[in-house]
This record gives sequence, structure tokens and C-alpha cells, in this order.
Amino acid sequence: MTVTVGGGLPGGQYDVTVVGAGVVGSAVARELARLPLRIALVDAADDVGEGTSKANTAILHTGFDAVPGSLESRLVREGQRLLSAYAAESGIPVEPLGALLVAWDEEQRAALAGLADKAVRNGYRAARIALPEEVRAREPELGPGVLGALDVPGESVICPWTTTLAYATQAVRSGVDLHLNCRVLDAISGDVHTLTTSRGPLRTRYLVNAAGLYADAIDRLLGHADFTVTPRRGQLIVFDEFARGLVRHILLPVPGALGKGVLVSPTVYGKVMLGPTAEDLDDKTDTGSTAAGLAVLREKGRRILPALLDEEVTAVYAGLRAATGDEDYAIRSHPAQRYVTVGGIRSTGLTASMAIAAHVVELLADGGLPVAGARDLEPVRMPNLGEAFPRPYRDAELIARDPEYGRIVCHCERVTRGEIRDALAATVPPGSPDGLRRRTRARGGRCQGFHCGAAVRALFEEARR
Amino acid sequence: MTRDRTVDVLVVGAGPAGLTLAARLAGAGAGRVEVLEREQDAGGAPRHCHHGGFGGLLRPWLAGPAYARLAVEAAVAAGATVRTGVTATGWAGPLSLETTSPAGLERITARAVVLATGARERPRSARLVPGSRPAGVLTTGELQQSVHLYGQEVGRRAVVVGAEPVARHAVRTLRRAGAEAVAQVTEHSRGIAVPGVPLLTATTVVELRGRGRLSGVAVRHEDGRSGVLACDTVVFTGDWIPDHELARRGGIALDPGTRGPCVDASFRTSAPGVFAVGNALHGVERAAAAAAEGAAASAAVLARLSGAPWPEPGPPLVVRAPLVWVSPNRLTGTAGRPLLLRSGEPLTGPVVTVAQDGRLLWRRRFPGRVPPWRSLRLPPGWTDRVDRGGGPVVVTAG
Repeated sequence: MTVTVGGGLPGGQYDVTVVGAGVVGSAVARELARLPLRIALVDAADDVGEGTSKANTAILHTGFDAVPGSLESRLVREGQRLLSAYAAESGIPVEPLGALLVAWDEEQRAALAGLADKAVRNGYRAARIALPEEVRAREPELGPGVLGALDVPGESVICPWTTTLAYATQAVRSGVDLHLNCRVLDAISGDVHTLTTSRGPLRTRYLVNAAGLYADAIDRLLGHADFTVTPRRGQLIVFDEFARGLVRHILLPVPGALGKGVLVSPTVYGKVMLGPTAEDLDDKTDTGSTAAGLAVLREKGRRILPALLDEEVTAVYAGLRAATGDEDYAIRSHPAQRYVTVGGIRSTGLTASMAIAAHVVELLADGGLPVAGARDLEPVRMPNLGEAFPRPYRDAELIARDPEYGRIVCHCERVTRGEIRDALAATVPPGSPDGLRRRTRARGGRCQGFHCGAAVRALFEEARR
Repeated sequence: MTRDRTVDVLVVGAGPAGLTLAARLAGAGAGRVEVLEREQDAGGAPRHCHHGGFGGLLRPWLAGPAYARLAVEAAVAAGATVRTGVTATGWAGPLSLETTSPAGLERITARAVVLATGARERPRSARLVPGSRPAGVLTTGELQQSVHLYGQEVGRRAVVVGAEPVARHAVRTLRRAGAEAVAQVTEHSRGIAVPGVPLLTATTVVELRGRGRLSGVAVRHEDGRSGVLACDTVVFTGDWIPDHELARRGGIALDPGTRGPCVDASFRTSAPGVFAVGNALHGVERAAAAAAEGAAASAAVLARLSGAPWPEPGPPLVVRAPLVWVSPNRLTGTAGRPLLLRSGEPLTGPVVTVAQDGRLLWRRRFPGRVPPWRSLRLPPGWTDRVDRGGGPVVVTAG
């Protein structure tokens, strides 16, 4: 098992290198790990999922609202099936809550029928229109003025952090080399690709570009200019777990002329998320929240779920989507170059990730990658971060076997020292205290470290020594 | 397997209030008095407050850790059991708590439960301060623990948000850790300045900047002037909120002003047999004030143990702006000690009035300036004139 975070890269030549260890790149590496090949997964950051993947809206989509006939529509539909099964097998928290697209004005109400029809064209047949009385009965805390909703029972919430980590963990355990802090600076293509990275040269026969916000830049290094990634910022507010009782479904907005709009959704961590905004930027690092953005979210949130605004805010963050201006994924194969670009993967990429991975491996095979000898991977079992599932602090048998699971370090999130110890010693260890938070929830609660920050940091530093 | 146990009094939280109450109760022969502390060490926030003043007028040099140690020793010497590393995670019944510790899961049932869970400072996120999410963003509590309990490095240049006593302690802790406090920022028109640290009043933090590590704090004065303070650390101080999770999980009524459990003057909550004391009631007061509440609650807890009935909740005490809270906030009998009253804004010579159903119960002018971080103490004499069956008792300041 190899994870490196510094120093020179191993010599020799990889069969396939995946650039970008987000949810899509990690899924591709995992899929490739089934083959008897030498595979590398590289990322500029110090952890997997550090880019767009970590700030996803965390919904496992049915694909009901995709553009019918698009690649995205197919991959989201397939990916939803694949990831649902994989999550059950590997312990990724998923809560099948169902979604309601709530109509607040006549225009939105009128759009529901078209959305129901679109769902059918996307192969999703369970969506139906619910009348205002039913919507109110199912979501009693909704603000006044509900005119109806599209009921999409198949939508779920999922843990995006565990998903990426499960893929990367399984890939590494199956022989993939994961190189972090490894930024691709240049590429020379020939019989092999030679990548110049911040950690020295890397030689590879095949290359997969899953670099998210930077997929266009990598593409240009390889001589392609098919698309430009415009970072689209989404700011989100996460409310304390006491808000969780206010909402039972994923409350999706009805898309209108002004874009997709703001949703209110429970999270698998037992909280409630409000967002995202949609702002096109030109800075691919600008993941800051703004006063204006937060004000817009609060105003919209107050209309959707008035009581929400009285609850304490646990976290505010912003993520960037890799928007390309195109309505579909930009997955392009260049067989002669033994190169595949996986670009323009937006919010739905989490749901579609396993289907994207299978699609990419097919494209590589079409380009000559030998795919004989595929094997089943050893299953992984990830630690549970979901509030709806048994957590270690409540597990008497586990604590009896190992008292460290009874030693609560992060009080708000009830994270035990045993879980922190395990995360720090895991196949893919965290690169920072924030990475530790995404693996355990430690320091992710209402006090944001007032009580446990120093203790958690001490455990992190100790493990690094 | 979950172990079931019973005790006479279960106190949740081994800070000044909980420990003082436990010492009183154990000393008065209340039977088995058990204090649960989720941290590895008992003593509460004073454990990481390395400054003097904890001994009151008699021993002003006494620092927090020494005070905490003495409070633990007193409780134990009186016969109370203080258990650390034990977290009350929820309720199993009206007077039964579920706990987790390295020894396993327990269900502890008591004849009286006391919530002494303390308070915390609201972090940057809860204050909706926009910007990036770099390292180096702290509350005073995290800063003090980092420096005093763990000996960790903090940055070199820090901005302190707030200008109340706790902000002064933050500045001192930063200096002890070798960091420079480059400015104090407060949205109020005045604050407590610390010698050597520029104080920016009527100023708001509008953005945090930096990738990986904080690089600066953007501020704006109320007259529109703005700028960026270069720093690698920012400490958000004050803005206390009771740690009311257990109370809320138990369905215990909270006061909208304090955000702590609603209590009467005998520290009785809305749940029969459940009391609440200390900073869990109202956010931060000095350790001595929290301890005094713990001591004052002992008579009511003893009365409960000997079968005294739980009174119907009396009329609520409510405040009008600029006041933000009063504690206690229900009246079921005559109060035996002063009530605490907070304003959200600085007041000068305020006239405080208490009225019920249009009937004036009390009025007094308080001389001098009253900052928003210090409670006014209302003498309790008027509380015997409250009509127990009447409407809300309204406290105003003008």
C-alpha cells in the first residue's frame, strides 16, 4: 500500500495515471485497480477530495432532472444504482429521504408537470405531483404560500467525504500508488507521457485527466482546448442538529429562468444545509463566503423554512463547481494520445462517479489499454459518520472491546478517541485537521473547537511525529 | 450491555457551579451525590484561565487552575463522587441520564438531576463572519486550552474580536504564547483597551482572508472607512451561549433571552426534579457568581429530596430591548438573592423598572455606566409583590 506526500516520485513507468483525487478521479483509480496494471493517482492537495468534492451538496440523485438523452443523464442514472449498492457494502452513510420540489409561485407550480414528464424521459417513473395539503402534511414547518410540489421519492442524502475516501482507500489497498502534494506543472506526450510535477517527473503510458476545476488547464498541456472551466461558487449555511427536526425531505427548488436555486436539506451528519448560491467567478481558489451571499441564503431560507433561521449556525462554507457553460459532462477520449479528459463534472458527479469511472475505463480500453484479467476488489468497510446509523459512542460491545471508543473527545459531534486514532492510522490518513474532520466529524460541531480544538490538534500533531 | 445505577443527586458538569453545589449537598447528607464531567479533568473553564482574581477579595491572586483544583478537592472532601471522562449523552427517562465513558454505557437514575453544563463562546461561523476558512481562527476557550493545557504554538500576529474582560484575557494568553495582539476590534462604541493594543471601536469584521493560514482580517468602521489588518490569527471572544444541549434534548423549556433553561429563583426548571445552575443558565458570569448559584441551589435540591412539591411555573420574567435577558426568568416564590440582568448595549445611568399587568413593582436608577458584558444585580425585595397567577413580569430599562 503506497501513499506518498513528499519527496521524489517512484521511478519507472506507470500504465495509467489519474490526475485529480477527487470523487471522480478516485473512482476511476478504483475501477482501474481491478486490472493487473501499475496505476498512479496524483493530486496537488495534501488530501483526497480537497477540491470541489469536499463541498458538494451531498445528494445521491435519481437523475430525474438531467437533460434527457445526455451523457450526464445516463451516467447519473447508472451511477445512482452503482453507488447505492457500493454504499451499502462499504458503510457509506446514505439516508433515503426523498425530495420535494416545492412550488412557491404560479410559474413554479406550472413547471411541475414539465418536470414530471422530464423525469419519465430520464427513465425515472416514481415522480408525481403532490397537492399543497399533502406537502404541508409531510413538511409542517414549511413557510406559507406552498402551491404544490413534485414528489421524487428516490432522492437520498449521502456522505461525500466517505465516498471519496472509500474509493481512494480501496484503490490504494488494491495496489494503486496515491501521490499527494503532487501538482502537475507540464506534460510532454510521446510514446509515453512525461508529466512534470511539483515532486519531479512521472512517466505513464495512459493518462486520465480528472482535475476538476483545473481539467481545462491540464487539457491545454496535452494540446486540447475543448472547454473552459468557469468556477461557479456555491455558498452554504449548515444549521445545528437541533434544526434537524424541522425538515423531513430534501427540499429542492423548482428550477426557473434564474437557475437552479437554493435547497434545504438534511445532512447525513444530522444537521440541515441551506444553499447553494450560484456565482460565476474567475478565481479557481475563491472558496470564501460573502456577506451578500449569506444574506441571500438567509432570506430564501426564511421563506422556505422560517423556524430554521432561529437555530444556531454550525458552519458556513463555499464550494466551487466546475462549470463549462455546456449542459453536459465534457468527457473526451483521445485514443491516439492514450488520454481521456473527464471535464465539466458538476454537482451530480458524486452520484455519477462510479458510472463515470466505468465509462472512462471503457474509453481507455477502446484506446488500447489492456483490460484482461480484471478481478473483484477486496471490499472496504468505512467508519460510520452518519447520525442515522450506530455510532461508536453508543456501542457498548465495541467500548467493552476497546475503551478508546468510550472516550469522547469532540463533545458536540460525539467523536471518540478510538475513531480519531483509527482515522490517523488509516490507509489514506488525513493531511490536516480539516481532513481529520471529514473522516470523523471531530471539530465539526456547534462549538467549532471551543471545547475540543486543542485536544484534536494535539492528537493530529502527535500522529504526524 | 448498559449498566443501570441509581444515585440521589446527579450533577452534570464539574465546573464551579456543579462542584460547589455537590459539595454543599454531600456535606448536608444528601446521600450519594455524583458529578459527571465529560472532560478528562474536573474544574470547568477555570482550568484554562491562567489569570488571577478567582479567590475574590480575599485571595485575588488565586488563578483559575488553583481555583479549579480547590473546588474539586472541596467536593470530594465533602463526600461527592466526581467522575471525569463521562459524558451524559441523552435522557432515558425524566430523571435518568444515558452516559458514555471508557467503562461503557450507563443509565443513571437520580432523585434530582442538576444541569451545570456551562457556556461556550459562539464561533466565527455562528456569528456569520464571511470569508475563507483558514487555520488560525479561534475562540478564547480554544486559545487558552491550546496555550495553557497543550502548550501549542499559536500564530505571531493576532487580531482579537471583542473588548470585554475575556478579550483582555485573550490578549494576555496570546502574549504568553509569544504572539503579538495587533488590534482589538469591537462593534460597540467603547470597550476595554489593553495597554499596547490599538482598540478599534464601532468596527465590524467583514471578511476573513487567507488560504491554508489566515492572512488578514478585513474590517469596516461604521462611518464607512475600511481596511485590512494583516494577521495570522484571529480570536473571537465573548458572545457566550449556554451549552444547553442536554436541557433541550430533555424537552426542558428554554428562555429566549438567555438561551439557557428557564428557571425560577430556586433554580427549578420546567421538568420536575431537574435543576439548572451556573453559566448553563445565562452565559458567562465570573466563577464566583456561578459557584454562588450552585451554593444557593442546595436548599431547593435538599427540599426536593425530602419530598417538597414541584411548583407550577409562575409568571415569566421578560425583558424589553435594549435588555437581553434576566435570570431567573420565572417566579414561583420570593427570590432570596439578586436577579441578574443584562443589556445588549452600553447604558448610562439606566432606570430599571419592573411591572406586572401595568402595575409597577419596582423602579431604581443605577448610577454610572453599565457595559454589555456585566450584569446588573436587581435586589429581590419586589418579588414578593408578584401576582403568582398574573401575567408576565416585564423588566425595562430607560
